[in-house]
Amino acid sequence: MFEQTIHALHEQLKAGSLKARELVEAILARCIAVEPQVQAYISLTPDLAREQAEAADAAFARGDIRSPLQGIPLALKDNLCTQGIVTTCGSHMLESFVPPYDATVVRRLREAGAVFVGKANMDEFAMGSSTENSYFAPTRNPWGNLEYVPGGSSGGSAAAVAADTCIASLGSDTGGSIRLPAAMTGVVGLKPTYGRVSRFGLVAFASSLDQIGPLTKDVRDAAILLQAIAGHDKCDSTSGDIPVPDYSQGLDRGVSGLKLGVPREYFVEGMDPEVEASVRAGIETLKLLGAELVDVSLPHTRYAVATYYVLANAEASSNLARYDGVRYGLRAASDGDLLSMYKQTRAEGFGSEVKRRIMLGTYALSSGYYDAYYKKAQQVRTLLRQDFQQVFTECDALLSPVAPTPAFRLGERLDDPLQMYLADIFTAPVSLAGLPAMSVPCGYTQQDLPIGLQIIAPPFQEAMVLQVGAAFEAATDFHTRKPVLP
Amino acid sequence: MISPEQVAHVAHLARLNLSEAEQEQFTAQLGAILDYMEQLNEVPTDGVEPTSHVLDLVNVFREDRVQPMVTVEAALQNAPESAHQYVVVPRIVE
Amino acid sequence: MTYESVIGLEVHAQLLTKSKLFCSCSAAFQADPNEHACPICMGMPGVLPVLNEQVIEFAIRTGLAMQGTIAATCRFARKNYFYPDLPKGFQTSQYDEPLVKGGGLSIDVDGESKFIRLTRIHMEEDAGKSIHGENLADPTKSYIDHNRCGVPLLEIVSEPDLRSAEEAKVYLQKLKTILEYIGVCDGNMEEGSLRCDANVSLRPLGAEKLGTRAEIKNLNSFRNVQHAIEYEIERQAAILDSGGAIEQETRLYDADRGVTQSMRSKEEAHDYRYFPEPDLVPMRVDQPWVDRVRAGLPELPEAKRQRYIGAYGLPAYDAEVLTADRELATYFERTVALCNQPKVVSNWVMGDLMRELNRHHITPDQAPVTPVHLAGMLQLVNEGTISGKIAKTVFDEMYQSGKQAQDVVREQGLVQMNDSSELESLIRQVLVSNPSQVEEYRSGKQKVFGFFVGQTMKATQGKANPKMVNELLRQMLNA
Repeated sequence: MFEQTIHALHEQLKAGSLKARELVEAILARCIAVEPQVQAYISLTPDLAREQAEAADAAFARGDIRSPLQGIPLALKDNLCTQGIVTTCGSHMLESFVPPYDATVVRRLREAGAVFVGKANMDEFAMGSSTENSYFAPTRNPWGNLEYVPGGSSGGSAAAVAADTCIASLGSDTGGSIRLPAAMTGVVGLKPTYGRVSRFGLVAFASSLDQIGPLTKDVRDAAILLQAIAGHDKCDSTSGDIPVPDYSQGLDRGVSGLKLGVPREYFVEGMDPEVEASVRAGIETLKLLGAELVDVSLPHTRYAVATYYVLANAEASSNLARYDGVRYGLRAASDGDLLSMYKQTRAEGFGSEVKRRIMLGTYALSSGYYDAYYKKAQQVRTLLRQDFQQVFTECDALLSPVAPTPAFRLGERLDDPLQMYLADIFTAPVSLAGLPAMSVPCGYTQQDLPIGLQIIAPPFQEAMVLQVGAAFEAATDFHTRKPVLP
Repeated sequence: MISPEQVAHVAHLARLNLSEAEQEQFTAQLGAILDYMEQLNEVPTDGVEPTSHVLDLVNVFREDRVQPMVTVEAALQNAPESAHQYVVVPRIVE
Repeated sequence: MTYESVIGLEVHAQLLTKSKLFCSCSAAFQADPNEHACPICMGMPGVLPVLNEQVIEFAIRTGLAMQGTIAATCRFARKNYFYPDLPKGFQTSQYDEPLVKGGGLSIDVDGESKFIRLTRIHMEEDAGKSIHGENLADPTKSYIDHNRCGVPLLEIVSEPDLRSAEEAKVYLQKLKTILEYIGVCDGNMEEGSLRCDANVSLRPLGAEKLGTRAEIKNLNSFRNVQHAIEYEIERQAAILDSGGAIEQETRLYDADRGVTQSMRSKEEAHDYRYFPEPDLVPMRVDQPWVDRVRAGLPELPEAKRQRYIGAYGLPAYDAEVLTADRELATYFERTVALCNQPKVVSNWVMGDLMRELNRHHITPDQAPVTPVHLAGMLQLVNEGTISGKIAKTVFDEMYQSGKQAQDVVREQGLVQMNDSSELESLIRQVLVSNPSQVEEYRSGKQKVFGFFVGQTMKATQGKANPKMVNELLRQMLNA
């Protein structure tokens, strides 16, 4: 039963043919079986999960059904603050941090009656594309014989869904951190429009880019999970006060009559040929389903990674200044001097990728360099946004690859940070423009590594993204394949 | 390109202790990354407004009302060292 | 060499909001350590700020009262630096887009009036407080209290238009009064709700270029502001005279020793790496909003002062004293509304009332002698029921008991003796009982007159109508 979707399980829970308690036990047993190999989780919360499952069962028995998520076991990326539960952000710095508050999305899920299986592994402070930067063990992609990365930074959230150690999960996406692991693990991953979902309680990486989103087994589940977390939050000044439509409506509308743009800059030299082939085949499928393909151009695409890394790192360098050993988190032993306490705490508490990005961000903001780097990047960001705005006057949504390659082997890119950054070439521009985008499985390589198709829509048009994704899914079965774990 | 002195200066600004190995490694890596970022200079941006926020929101306020969020104990719970209801750190030297 | 001292003041005013700038913790002053702290003002992971609308209201109000220009759009920015009382590792402040630009106020020093310009006013959050271990428990530690973290501040920056310590003090006092008048800050320097840093530099008289300035911090009273600046001017003059150069640095004022001391010997200048605050959206203040705030402004100190001189006919000195404190001015106005003798009321307010307020450390609206009490007493004086002298006794008694003047007078039998025949016979008694003094008077010793007045007053427990006594005595002595 752990292989099933939210919507299928909901029917059974509603009907009483399945109990939430049974479901959670199945998931927990699956965790015991599979976690030693996959390591999708940093921590499991079985006691809480069982409590929540009991409460869900009681509610079902009373006929009290709050949401389709009632009784559904979920994984939460470990940068989402969960009251009373250790929230580490994959870092030594916060290894024993227990937040006295819930993130808004966590609160909404509790109120929906969801069940929390555990906190999912991630690249430290969401900085990375492979989950190898986790202070804890790296998560292994359930596909490819456990020798490949699951992508990052929401690698744990994605792997847990792919390995069926949860029914669905929440991740976060700043430059591709939901979409990339979703593509690499063959699951659905959606990054909402910036401001669609509250960031309150999401440990900040890059404030003007971060968004929380669902990773699920199919598009319908993504709609359900998005529904539960979307909406204005007065605790987040950057959350949009835009009504939340019923995302489950219109999933069956299909794509006939829609104009789908294919940006030529997203099919670059050096792309893995299997990825390109799968993505093009996917695009062709949508054409066969009745969509009109439009050849479009996003001329500033190649500057997106540089822009992203200047801005994201600059904001991150400031957001991570609070980790100083004073009020919470790690405090290094020092020779009594305050300055050495700071420096030693931060040296010990942060891994190298985090340090690298803090250094880059600090440099970009520093005296004499602000105009050349930070301001310049903000201006290029405007141009990137304008590229998309222009293109959306001609089409309803865009189609592209998610990453230039499928999952790579563990350890393969650790020595070359720049190489790692280039994994974001197709996802970063979308983040910079604040647009909603989703990865849906669209093929597999010869080595059985999943490939994802990215669907991008104008701001607050998640419904469009879901509609196109659902149509594609209905006509294909890529999303139904399961990895074989040794 | 970035010099070791610049790396050391930035590390101090960011309150990071770097080992000698890190110092060397970062100088090379940061240099390569910064070189990559130089390509932004190719883009003409005269008269282009910088984007600080992608959403066009303005004037988001809250009412001036007192509402406690957590207890004092909860607020101090994660402090590595606390005493007399204060957070304790090594003596600040002015 | 004669130097001109060039001074600019940076004032931080804590705003009288109920809650903090970005969270709903109380902004009230007294509390146990960390009682008013929450994850947001403590900068915990994942928290976000939400702006208190009252802060912008207060900021606009202040901008208008200071005759500044309110920006149509402004933003918050992050000022990044590390310090244990700065939880986020940055202060959310305003940088190149402050809410208010320009404005200023006039000061009068030695009869000269001068306009001190403002550079800007902006909003920012306060940092916490750190207590050094030797003052609390362990001298090798410091203790951090987050109660003050996130309390809203206005930073009010003047142009370097001040030319003496005296001017600086007067400017600061005027600024404080304005802030109190408009109800945005209680201006209490001792409690830290009003703080002042002074930038001081010297240049040769007549020179245009500004000298190197030193910033003096930790000035927590008007007196300290004045003395610190005076000391600093002397210190800098001495250095320049001996051919040295002034170091651009931050100095602390040591009130006990009356000197300024360098704060950091080898601290490099901060690189604050300002950038627009991504967690907060821009603020747009349109003209209707500005007009609304302007309409709600109370009468400001300067206007009130002029009105007291013009409409009430008060001397400049009285107007100055009475309007220096809004509550005092209100007290005065309420009393005059009941008893239309501005100068008389002014004398009582500036004299007896203020004496008691200062002695008991209370504010005008806490005084047991209310405007109603005072007006009632003055009424009795006007009617001749009591003399001016007895009124002093009545005032003290009203203050002690809170009773109305009428009741005090009645209970203590203080009604003035106005009966001339009664007085005449009393005076006759006095004269008869003191023949030698009468003799002295008649032989030319005018001063003895006072003795008879005194004796009469004594015989009547001070209740005799002094004017009548004087008249009758004169008549009878000269008879």
